[in-house]
Amino acid sequence: MSAGRYHPLLIPGLALIVVGAAFASIFLGAVTISPTRIWAVLTGGGDMIARTIILDLRLPRMLLGLLVGAMLGVAGAALQGYLRNPLAEPSVLGASNSAALGAVCALYFGLSELHPLALPLLAILGGAIAILTLFLLSGSAESPLTLILAGIAVSTLAGAGISLALNLSPNPFAAMEIMSWLLGSLENRSYDHVWIALPCVIVGAALLLADGRTLDALTLGEEGAQALGVNLSAARLRMMLGVAIGVGGAVAVSGSIGFIGLIVPHLVRPLTDRSPSAVLLPSLLGGAALLTLADIGVRLIPSTNELKLGVVTALLGVPVFLVHLMRERRLW
Amino acid sequence: MVTIVAEGLSVRLGRHAAVRNVGVTMAPGTLVGVIGPNGAGKSTLIRALLGLVKPEAGQVLIDGRNVAGLDRQSVARSIAYLPQGQTLHWPLGVERLVALGRLPHLGPLSRLSADDAAVIEAAMARADVLHLKGRVATELSGGERARVLLARALAVGARALIADEPLAALDPGHQIDVMDLLRAEARDGALVVTVLHDLSMAARYCDRLLLMDDGALVADGAPMDVLTPDILARVYGVTARIERDGDVPLILPMGRVR
Repeated sequence: MSAGRYHPLLIPGLALIVVGAAFASIFLGAVTISPTRIWAVLTGGGDMIARTIILDLRLPRMLLGLLVGAMLGVAGAALQGYLRNPLAEPSVLGASNSAALGAVCALYFGLSELHPLALPLLAILGGAIAILTLFLLSGSAESPLTLILAGIAVSTLAGAGISLALNLSPNPFAAMEIMSWLLGSLENRSYDHVWIALPCVIVGAALLLADGRTLDALTLGEEGAQALGVNLSAARLRMMLGVAIGVGGAVAVSGSIGFIGLIVPHLVRPLTDRSPSAVLLPSLLGGAALLTLADIGVRLIPSTNELKLGVVTALLGVPVFLVHLMRERRLW
Repeated sequence: MVTIVAEGLSVRLGRHAAVRNVGVTMAPGTLVGVIGPNGAGKSTLIRALLGLVKPEAGQVLIDGRNVAGLDRQSVARSIAYLPQGQTLHWPLGVERLVALGRLPHLGPLSRLSADDAAVIEAAMARADVLHLKGRVATELSGGERARVLLARALAVGARALIADEPLAALDPGHQIDVMDLLRAEARDGALVVTVLHDLSMAARYCDRLLLMDDGALVADGAPMDVLTPDILARVYGVTARIERDGDVPLILPMGRVR
């Protein structure tokens, strides 16, 4: 399956965009720092202020943008393949909402004031609980439909929990804090967040990337896949763990960022042979690039409050997505 | 060579006894037709032969080994399966779709080799779909798609092939092509088991027919021994004209038994 799986320029092109976006993310920001000063910092020298801004603010932010975007992209591609549904996105199994609920609990009960890592850790715990519930709900059934329904149930329940926290929040400021976290952002993140997200994303993405063959076989339906030697229950377990760990970790550090996981697979698919496995790697790269670029946009668009990342990805993403769908409609 | 044996096989789907106490031995080099009215348990039987549904009682042996104890990949390498219907969830290219047949042979991280590519090419040639190579499978006509999916099954290169209603959606010419192909596979030593509804086709091409009714195997033998007016009336509830045009048997259902 080596020849002709991708457009020849797809992977190099995406890799180039990712590197470009990463550098741009270091060079561009609210404060203008001359390229020579930045270069001095990157080569180990530079002045104090520039060092602080570049190394302590922009670098972790750039790393998180790449990690979270990559995870959302690959999770969207894997879930669309596994569920054989072009509407699937990372939040479909309920891991995103549950992770968000964990974070909201940390905010609501003031745990995030006690320790900065309480929020991401509770978010990861929330994601883990979601997957455990999903196991119990969907049992050993091999049909993806059961999994979708169970995912919707978990997701809705977690959503209700978030609404409850907003409903009961003691004052408008507390509600505001929760709302603005939910909108998603990479502002003011530190290396602690990078160290939380990194292992989650590596494990999650590896689990999903390794399952490309299974996704391809599922093109023929469940029985067709089984008859090609796929162990469906093992595949389902890997899929659920990959999404829960990866997306849970990503949401824990960034809040809910929508649309990346839905859009990116659709954008790259026409440049592949359209088999689910071929969409995985380009979606990982594309997600990383798109989220990093959106995060640069957030910093550069002049506004009184910094725009939230989730808002920008949706505002910019949806029109692009619609234009794209109109062109591709024929194939759906 | 693959021999498939069912011993006292019963399958329950929910509360419905779909297959009841079926015993049969199928030897290599034969084309076995599975016939019977709708809902007789034909598809469930062949799914049980593949180990896709768990038997309630009895067992299936593939070359003497219980299918329940084999891992999915080794079953996949021994028996190719062409499921009923034309499920296709993504608009894959035809060649890419046929290449899926090689999945049981690939290690976790290996790629398709030149040998695999040759097998894929040969499978496409046998199913007469080489000219569709550059097309997208979801944009093909029903008949073209059926043949591409058959090529996908042939690309597995297994010594047994189980096909569930491979003639559905095919015009008469391609029905004959597919049956010729299945018979050629059997002549080459493969065991071919296929679910059929066209009794004339079944009688003409198959070496042996298994007639299912309400989950039970009610007749098993040479086509003309199975397709008697008596049995057709009892199982299908039809009267039929059974004639011979030289060597070619013709079975034409005429009316309902009142």
